[in-house]
Amino acid sequence: MSNERLSIENLDVQLPTGADRTFAVEGLSLSVAKGEILCIVGESGSGKSLTALATMGLLPSNLGKPQGRVMFEGQDLLTIDDATRRSITGRRIAMIFQEPMAALNPIFRVGEQVAETFRIHTDLPRSDIRRKVIELFGEVNLPDPEQIYHSYPHQLSGGQCQRVMIATALALDPSVLIADEPTTALDVTTQAQILKLMLDLRAKHDTGIIFITHDFGVVAEIADRVAVMKMGKLIEIGPRDEILNHPREDYTRSLLAAVPTLARRQERKGLGNPVLLARNIVKTFTRAGGFGGTRTVKAVDNIDLTIRRGETLGLVGESGSGKSTLAQCVIRLVQPESGDITISGGDFSSLSGKALREARRKVQIVFQDPYTALDPRQKIGDAIAEGPMIHGLGKKASTARALDLLEACGLDRSAGDRFPHEFSGGQRQRICIARALAVEPELLIADESVSALDVSVQAQVLKLLADMQARLGFGILFITHDLRVASQICDNIAVMKGGRIVERGDPATLFGAPKENYTKELLAAVPGKSWRHHAEAATALDDIREDAP
Amino acid sequence: MKRTSPILLFALAVLFFAFFVAIVGNMFTPHGASQQNLLARLKPPAFMTGSNPNFPLGTDRIGRDMVARLIAGLQMSLSVAIAGTIIGAVLGSLVGFMAAHFRGWVDEALMMLVDFQASLPFILITLTLLAFFGNSMTLFVLLMGLFGWEKYARLSRGVVLSAVNQPYAKAIVALGAGNGRLYIRHILPNIASALIVQVTLTFPQIILLETSLSFLGLGIQAPQTSLGQILGDGRDYLSTAWWISVWPGAVIFLVTLSMSIVGDWLRDRLDPMLRERAT
Repeated sequence: MSNERLSIENLDVQLPTGADRTFAVEGLSLSVAKGEILCIVGESGSGKSLTALATMGLLPSNLGKPQGRVMFEGQDLLTIDDATRRSITGRRIAMIFQEPMAALNPIFRVGEQVAETFRIHTDLPRSDIRRKVIELFGEVNLPDPEQIYHSYPHQLSGGQCQRVMIATALALDPSVLIADEPTTALDVTTQAQILKLMLDLRAKHDTGIIFITHDFGVVAEIADRVAVMKMGKLIEIGPRDEILNHPREDYTRSLLAAVPTLARRQERKGLGNPVLLARNIVKTFTRAGGFGGTRTVKAVDNIDLTIRRGETLGLVGESGSGKSTLAQCVIRLVQPESGDITISGGDFSSLSGKALREARRKVQIVFQDPYTALDPRQKIGDAIAEGPMIHGLGKKASTARALDLLEACGLDRSAGDRFPHEFSGGQRQRICIARALAVEPELLIADESVSALDVSVQAQVLKLLADMQARLGFGILFITHDLRVASQICDNIAVMKGGRIVERGDPATLFGAPKENYTKELLAAVPGKSWRHHAEAATALDDIREDAP
Repeated sequence: MKRTSPILLFALAVLFFAFFVAIVGNMFTPHGASQQNLLARLKPPAFMTGSNPNFPLGTDRIGRDMVARLIAGLQMSLSVAIAGTIIGAVLGSLVGFMAAHFRGWVDEALMMLVDFQASLPFILITLTLLAFFGNSMTLFVLLMGLFGWEKYARLSRGVVLSAVNQPYAKAIVALGAGNGRLYIRHILPNIASALIVQVTLTFPQIILLETSLSFLGLGIQAPQTSLGQILGDGRDYLSTAWWISVWPGAVIFLVTLSMSIVGDWLRDRLDPMLRERAT
């Protein structure tokens, strides 16, 4: 290809000895052309990020020097000296990262940080730089560029920070842009805007874009070509429609099969009595304002919730909508200002002391991040057995129950003797579920419990939740920002915005005939909705649903 | 596992030897620590001319055996340091846990105490209190315990605050665990490595503080003795009988240094994640 911008040939990145495989990236070859968007997809640990870092010369120092060639404008980026490489990376090849907040320096105004790129690489006078930065902010659709220029990162939202990062990357009109999961940490509506921005920029500047993602919905939205990676190796590469609709490799097929789509399910029959009745829950946070005053935020604004036995209620909303606060109020980790919570007919909101501790058995929570949700110094068998022991079951019986649950959650009984850090993210999430279920709760709160997991693992954990619900009959409050995931498992979905529930209904009604504009916006922002993957994938998901009666 | 470093082995050997000698050493010395031999005053160590073979490390100004004195001094110094460290660590951590748990005015009041102590040179506080109340062994040990409590308080308050906000702590509260179980079974083991490192820092500091005070004559009083007191004893004889000061000085140096080395190693060792990486 004559208009090839960047080509990676036979790239090898070695892992330190003792890792689970020898090479993080092995024999990888791919290229991106002018005006092309190449999506690299793969599960976590597939080496997609390390490929990007190797290209930019940003590999962590404990990894060896990468082998192979990374050709850019006739030069091999792996062999040129550091000074030359620095003049290329950042200027001709730019990169944006997943966490925009972390990539900006919190103590400088964002305008200054973008201006720095110009100061390093050009000799423009200050006033010109300022004008250019404000132009760039306009180009990435930041509202009120003048004001943003003078803002600090913490005053901007995640989406705005990512736009600032994109502006920085575009500052010197790069030939290639590498985006490493740039929308993963963002809300769906923001993600949709950023994806549109990427498409606009490609059309306007003819930039070659390498877009790393784990989300096939995103791939369907923007990719020209798709590269699938697994364990550091390229599985297949080809045009988008070919990979999405007619993949050649089994691995690609299994990945595609695990991708959640909007399932128009209806409420299941035979749901029991209410396990959770929450009435008029209010929680306000008070924050110190700029000038000594205080600002109050109604995180949860007069919300009613009902969950019946065996029912899964989805709570969907963007970050900051108050859904986690609501969950923490329900489980009394945060004290609501007012409102009544009744769990299985027993009052929960006014309990305190010993009565509260005893009643806590009835409602359990599984958190988002499986890496911090387990005590790192407690063996997982003990962790699962702890709940029953707190509630008076003997040590022997508790341990037996813990091991049974481990098995039920798809782990080996012998795993009980190991520490949390010896497990993968998906396994840990299973352990967290087992720990929560060990006290036989009436209500299980899953607070973004599958959001941090790869799609294939996500599907397994959803299946586990549905299976255990079928066996034990507890109610689930399923909190997520992803309508697709919610539709896989929920009987009813409540859409939350600004501390209020704006609309609720079963997925079929909600997706079929949304009443509120906000719900319509959320549905419109779901990536990859135009793409229907083939029957095989759909049946795999049906399995999950059918297992749950 | 990585090969154990020879420095660590040396430090461990020194500490082991020091504690062993402190516990059983005085059973093997022919002379008592306060037994005077006026005929054998200021005898140099065995390798120098004019030495007395009965006193391998020499004698002090009233002919007391340096070996016996060192053992007795070491015993006293280590006991005071251990008692002081335990008192300080327990008291300080308790204050830190309480501040982190109750927050609000309790937190502010406790941290004000911490700031108060941290802003005054501790040796000044001890000198005043010892001068005011007169010296007694109990007061002295209590004072050693007060040294450094504010460091434990500050440290434990910070690490507890961050640990309590971890999802695992919330999950345990949600399981219905009481405060005792949460703090002792879950938070404490998770922050123990930070506290242990602090112990290995304050332990040598207390030895040094005890030494300074005894050197000034305000610490351990005769007939009891400590390494600092022996050091102070030799102050007037530095030009003629250097050994009186040099031996206890060397012991203090070796013990404090070894403690710090072992502390560093312990911190790495106690963290299961670090341990996993090392294997």
